[in-house]
Amino acid sequence: MSSTHPSPAPASDPDSGSVIGPSLSHRNPGPASPAAASGNGNGRGQGHGHGNGHGHGHGHANGTPGATPGQPSLVVHDLEHWFGSGANRRQVLDRVNLTIHPGEVVLLTGPSGCGKTTFLTLVGALRQVMAGSVQLFGQELAGAGRRERQLLRRQIGMIFQGHNLLRCLSAEQNVQMGADLLPGLGYRARRDLSRQWLRAVGLGDHLGKLPHDLSGGQKQRVAIARALAAQPRLLLADEPTAALDSRTGREVVELLRRLARDQGCSVLMVTHDPRIPDVADRLVEMEDGRLSEASITGRSLSGSVG
Amino acid sequence: MLDHLWPDRRIPLSWLLLTRQPGRLLVALAGISFAGILMFLQLGFRDGLFDASVTLHKRFAADLVLVSPRTMSSIAMASFPRRRLVQVMADPDVAGTTPVHWNFLLWRNPQTRTTRSILAVGFEPGDPLFTDPGLVERTRVLSQRGRVLFDALSRPEFGPIPAWYKQGRTIETEVAGKRVRVAGLVELGPSFGADGNLLTSSETFLSLMPDLPPGSIELGLIRLVPGADPASVAARLRAQLPEDVAIYTKQGFVEFEKNYWRSSTAIGFIFTLGAAMGFVVGSVIVYQILHSDVSDHLPEYATLMAMGYPLPQLLGVVAREGLLLALLGYLPAWLAGQGLYVLIRNGTKLPVAMDGPRSLLVFGMILAMCLGSALMAMRKLGDADPAEIF
Repeated sequence: MSSTHPSPAPASDPDSGSVIGPSLSHRNPGPASPAAASGNGNGRGQGHGHGNGHGHGHGHANGTPGATPGQPSLVVHDLEHWFGSGANRRQVLDRVNLTIHPGEVVLLTGPSGCGKTTFLTLVGALRQVMAGSVQLFGQELAGAGRRERQLLRRQIGMIFQGHNLLRCLSAEQNVQMGADLLPGLGYRARRDLSRQWLRAVGLGDHLGKLPHDLSGGQKQRVAIARALAAQPRLLLADEPTAALDSRTGREVVELLRRLARDQGCSVLMVTHDPRIPDVADRLVEMEDGRLSEASITGRSLSGSVG
Repeated sequence: MLDHLWPDRRIPLSWLLLTRQPGRLLVALAGISFAGILMFLQLGFRDGLFDASVTLHKRFAADLVLVSPRTMSSIAMASFPRRRLVQVMADPDVAGTTPVHWNFLLWRNPQTRTTRSILAVGFEPGDPLFTDPGLVERTRVLSQRGRVLFDALSRPEFGPIPAWYKQGRTIETEVAGKRVRVAGLVELGPSFGADGNLLTSSETFLSLMPDLPPGSIELGLIRLVPGADPASVAARLRAQLPEDVAIYTKQGFVEFEKNYWRSSTAIGFIFTLGAAMGFVVGSVIVYQILHSDVSDHLPEYATLMAMGYPLPQLLGVVAREGLLLALLGYLPAWLAGQGLYVLIRNGTKLPVAMDGPRSLLVFGMILAMCLGSALMAMRKLGDADPAEIF
């Protein structure tokens, strides 16, 4: 695929076994895939953080996509949203419906100001749902309190238009801010996980660099590693390629899709980039607060999982 | 190693936020240290002045002290009948007494011929006056009339007496208009009221002040037999003696003197106010630093919230920043305080030293300053809205 992804060899890393070892056999039998270094697709953090045995990560029903195959990651039903009140009230979202299944990559396009970002913040549990229903992993967001939303956000990876990295942290530490959200893992395990994610996004040589010293594409890849290090079940990305040139943008998006897929993580990506629709399983368009399914322009990739 | 001892360790975000912006950190530490130094200076002066008011008091060879009830402080000692001290001797717990004359006299600087007020203490040579060992022997020379012992720690305005004496020169000058000769040096130290001290015999003292009523003294030192309780003996004597004397334990006498300076003068207020100013200035600086630090990183805090970090954890980051600033800022302040105290001791001869309580007090104030400012800066974190970062 892309030359920027070296092949990490997890077996040679003595520290890696306790963290990601168990899941390697489930999904990625060979270490040839770069994602194998970090792809613990089946088990989530709680499942195998404390065990080396194969049985641990597998049997846990803590929301693993594989554990409840029928359940969608995201179900949005008749979602409405508006800003202001009274005469100034402006409808932003109008009866939006969307369902995303585990492992699915959905692209969301539309003219600017059509409500895409508002939609992302609602789905990302960053905003209170006003009317309609948003179900994340079977949990209703409408009426959820601040604390519930905060906990739900830990299962959602977010990649922003700007990279939004912490300036005072090195690449490795930035990624670890994501890994630190995983419960039950020791410091060393979380650090090693962060390093593996950075290697998986091709930044193994830049672990200690500050965001300041990284290029735009490298920063965005650190942001991806950070989002994935928290082992999310849904990845929200808001124009992750906007600040990148076309080749780098393409690389970043493909990397994102492949890593997310290996994790069994669904992706909802807002983009204007005309060059990348082919990475998506589905394409949806938003206009004036309404969502409509668009024809898939690229080849369908949904069959390649598992 | 650390990984095993502390598996729950997180990225030390507070530390990195501070240290990865060395310019800002330096400004913050300079501000905190400055505030700390100011507090050390002001409190040091205040305590030094109070302590200096009792440099002689603390050295008296006495368990109990007799003074006139009209005496308010060491700069204005009233006299009382010496008979009272003889009466005290009747008590079985009293081992010995020393009658002391105490007054300020004009000393003529032998070099410049200007006069200056010096504290003259008169007593019987050979009687125990101060606890300093060996002093009694040196006071023997005072039995010759017109001889004084000069305090080598007196301020230099009294003339280069110690230097001259060490050169072997015969130093004669005037005290209260009468000729005296310096027969030796002692080391006592100036107090707040007295810039210099001299010791002399009662006989010489009376010749310097011929108008004193006969049989009156300013101070009576009482020593008790070993094992006697000063407080209970004081209570007993107080009941026996007439109203024209007041009796204190030695510690009570020290406190009485300090209390005069504390309550009857503006010293305490002035220097406490100075220390409070340091506190306020420091608080403003730390608040400015932390507030702009939080403001600058607001999008990053919002990102962390979006990632699922709870607000209290982020507030903890700011609180730890305050704590780190306090610790890092206190150290240079303490070191600079030590240096300043040496300067003050050399320049003013005031007994100013870095003691435990003051070190703790200033640390507590710096801690309160930094944590208080952090608390104020935390309110800014409430502005971080994760919904705004997309």
